[in-house]
Amino acid sequence: MVICKSPAELEKMYQAGLIVWGGLEKMRAMVKPGLATKELDEFAEAYTVERHARPAFKGYRGFPGSVCTSINQEVVHGIPSASRRVREGDILSMDFGVELNGYYADAALTVPVGKVAPQREKLMRVTRESLEHAIDKVRLGNRLGDVSAAVQQWVEENGFSVVREFVGHGIGTRMHEDPQVPNYGAAGHGPRLQEGMVIAIEPMVNSRGPDVRVLEDNWTAVTADGGDSAHFEHTVAVTSNGPWILTRPREATGPCW
Amino acid sequence: MANRPQREKKKPGEGSGKEDAIEVMATVIEPLPNAMFRVELENKHQVLAHISGKMRKNFIRILAGDRVAVELSPYDLTRGRIVYRYK
Repeated sequence: MVICKSPAELEKMYQAGLIVWGGLEKMRAMVKPGLATKELDEFAEAYTVERHARPAFKGYRGFPGSVCTSINQEVVHGIPSASRRVREGDILSMDFGVELNGYYADAALTVPVGKVAPQREKLMRVTRESLEHAIDKVRLGNRLGDVSAAVQQWVEENGFSVVREFVGHGIGTRMHEDPQVPNYGAAGHGPRLQEGMVIAIEPMVNSRGPDVRVLEDNWTAVTADGGDSAHFEHTVAVTSNGPWILTRPREATGPCW
Repeated sequence: MANRPQREKKKPGEGSGKEDAIEVMATVIEPLPNAMFRVELENKHQVLAHISGKMRKNFIRILAGDRVAVELSPYDLTRGRIVYRYK
């Protein structure tokens, strides 16, 4: 069942969203060759707790970290590790969510480590742009399929593929609510977007084929063919003024990440 | 964090949607009314088997002597469901 939020609830989610945004921006600035993914995790947890929030991922179905750190061919849900260090030329996805006063917010971005190959640059850019196209479809009267189709179309036009096995999700007083928000689908189909609906849109884009598999740790998803993967995400509310990105400051403009 | 929808996946060899059935080879002995058949299993047991809904819908015809795959319920080993007819 899709739960629509009141303006007061959206405000609470926005407060949670600002912590997510602030944390990710700080983490983005920390990324440099030699950084262990565990350092990002420790930072994220401290940052969250200082702001009287709770890391939403920690303990979620047993996930050990406060952020997911996924490098190169890792798609999502990489577990932060003290021995895993990023290297020059890697691309690193950071996915982070918090709960504040009972409300959740969730966002992610992929960043380059130092200088990366042009193909990786392009993968990140196309993924971010697909998220922007999708956010632009978050308007009253549109359907969920319009959002999904926007991602798929942009990604496939650019020669990449979208992951099927993981999807975005409704979000509110729980991290995963209805509806599911796939990154593929047909425009004009699916439930209509209503005022107060909040969805986490998260394109996961592979440089080659769309198939993924999950490693023995039961979390880390990697591309089946070893291609690279990028991941961007925002928590977005449907309002009568169009999309409201809850995981960045209201006054922000320009690219979504 | 991305959501991973749990999809019920049907494994190969799991003929119909019913759980826990034992699938065995059999030969049809005689057709009976109401799409029922007496079949002989590889272990020489004779059981009463009916045709699965999927086969009935697709008009898979079964004659005496055909080799078929039969699913047996572990609770009642005297009845089964024909899930495949071999050519």
